[in-house]
Formats: sequence, structure tokens, C-alpha cells
Amino acid sequence: MAQNALVDPKSTPSEGLEGVTADWSGDKQVFPVPWGKAMMWIFLLSDTFIFSCFLTSYMNVRMSTTAAWPNPSKVFSLDIGGHEVPLLLIAIMTMVLITSSGTMAMAVNYGYRRDRAKTTALMMATALLGATFVSMQAFEWTKLIVHEGVRPWSNPMGAPQFGSSFFMITGFHGLHVSAGVVYLSVVARRVWTGFYDRKGTYETVEVTGLYWHFVDLVWVFIFAFFYLW
Amino acid sequence: MNDIAAPEALHEHAEGQQHPIRVYLWIWGLLFVFSTFSYLVDYFQFHGILRWSLIILFMLVKAGLIVAIFMHMAWERLALKIAILLPPLCLLILIGLMAIEGTHTFATRWGAFAR
Repeated sequence: MAQNALVDPKSTPSEGLEGVTADWSGDKQVFPVPWGKAMMWIFLLSDTFIFSCFLTSYMNVRMSTTAAWPNPSKVFSLDIGGHEVPLLLIAIMTMVLITSSGTMAMAVNYGYRRDRAKTTALMMATALLGATFVSMQAFEWTKLIVHEGVRPWSNPMGAPQFGSSFFMITGFHGLHVSAGVVYLSVVARRVWTGFYDRKGTYETVEVTGLYWHFVDLVWVFIFAFFYLW
Repeated sequence: MNDIAAPEALHEHAEGQQHPIRVYLWIWGLLFVFSTFSYLVDYFQFHGILRWSLIILFMLVKAGLIVAIFMHMAWERLALKIAILLPPLCLLILIGLMAIEGTHTFATRWGAFAR
């Protein structure tokens, strides 16, 4: 199989490490995917490093501070009928984002089946869930800034680094969600108007999906390290 | 895995990633279950090593499902998998160094101000 690949580039590509060598060698395209998809993956790789730097700096300040770290379980609890339910808002936000990832995955599927109505509807549902997430985050920020008096430089509940880490990490993530809502709306509109039928491919929907799933992926790490730790 | 491979054979000349909707619904359900598990870790107030290992376990399972299935990484060629998934491992070095630095800063602060 590997020898065939060298003789005839059109033959079935070899698998495993031999496949890696074959893909990177010779005058040929390395990744047999649409360029937009390869570029989105590389962008997401760089974004991974940005979010990791934020989370690592958060780890560093949390480890090095001598002031008490506020208990996120209490800070982000909601009062439901006189009961303090820990982290309730954050749990709902997590579920909303996961649901939006599910609708996005199905939108990609229907896109490749050229079902414009379903693709548009699922993408708009994804965007709507994203907007819901950002609204809940706005509510959470308001609660923390107005009622608890947390600032990026100070925090009445303990370590001031809590404020700076919180606003930096969730703010940057919320910005990604907001940008994603705009991105989804633009692509959904193009699906609806038949732009991708004329273009002949629905790969843009999959590329948009990659971005959206990444936003969900980052939230998984923020939820674990910032809210649960 | 047969049910995943079969539709691909049918659409041999079709574009992009085609998988049955059923696969996505399954993963969606699993993500809900594992999110609930990680929420329950907090709800039942587990502490110490148990809490941290459960948080990391559920986090990695969720991240793996999202990347492998929703982002289709499981079906991509190894060259793309390596190019995207290997570089972030460098971050482990950064995390290790910053953990050492953080511990040291805490020790010096404790010694200097916190008495």
C-alpha cells in the first residue's frame, strides 16, 4: 500500500505513521481537507494557547495568594424559594452551551445533506442558545459587580486575584460566544439564501461548527477549574 | 462502529463528514450525563483528592467526546490529529513551571507578610 502511494499519488493513502510521512512528503497538500477547515483548526490551536495561558495564570495567582480564595460554590449560588442552591446558574449555563453544541452538530449533518431549511433552523437555534448563554453571563456579572462589589482589582470576599481572574477568563470566553453568535447568524443567513448551493459546498457550516464546539470545549475547562475547583 | 462506517461507504463520493444523527444524539446525552456528574461533585461537597480527580476525569471525558465526535477529529487523518493535538502538550511544561513558581511565591509571602 505504501509503495503504491509513492508510485501513484491517486491510490489509497497509507495509514498510521507511514501515512503521516506520506502526507508531509513530496509536492502535495499535507491535509486532505478544505483549506478553511485546516485554517480554522490552526486558529483554534492558537486560541487553545491563549485560554491555557489565562487558566495557568489563574492557577498561579490562586496558588501564590495568602488571602482566602472565595468559595465559588457559594459565590455563584442562587436563592430558590429560600434555599441556597450552589452553582445553579453555572450549571444551567453549562447545559445551555452543551445543547447548543448538539444543535450545531446536527446543523453540520443536515448541511451536507443539502437540507437548507433544517440547517438554517438548527444554526439559528444554536445562535439563540449562545445569546441566552451570554445573557445569563451578563446577569452573573451584574450580580457580582453591583451586589457583591467585586472589581478586577479588589474583592470584598477575599483574594483580589479572584476578581481579575474571573473577569479576564469569563470575559474572554463570553466575547468568543458573542462573536460566535454573529458568525453563526451570518452563515445561517447564507445557508437560507442558497449561497452554499451556488458555491457547491457546505463545508463552511462544518468550519463554523468547529469554532462553536471549541467555545463549548473551553467552557468545559473553565467550569472545571474556575467554578468547581 | 459498523453503523458509522456503513453510511460513509454509501456516500463514497459525497462531500465532508457524514455520520448518522444517532451518533450526535448519543454524545449529546453523554455530555449531559457527565456535566450532571461534575455538578454533583460540587452539590455533594466532595473534598480533597476525590473531588479533584473526579473533576479532572469528567472534564477530560467531556473534552474528548467534543473533540473526537462533535469536531470530527476521530475521523480525520493522523497527520491532522498530530498537528493539532500534539502542540498543546507543551502547555504541561508551562503549567508545571508556574505551579513551582506559585508555591515558591506563596512560601516567600507567607514568610514575609503573613506572620
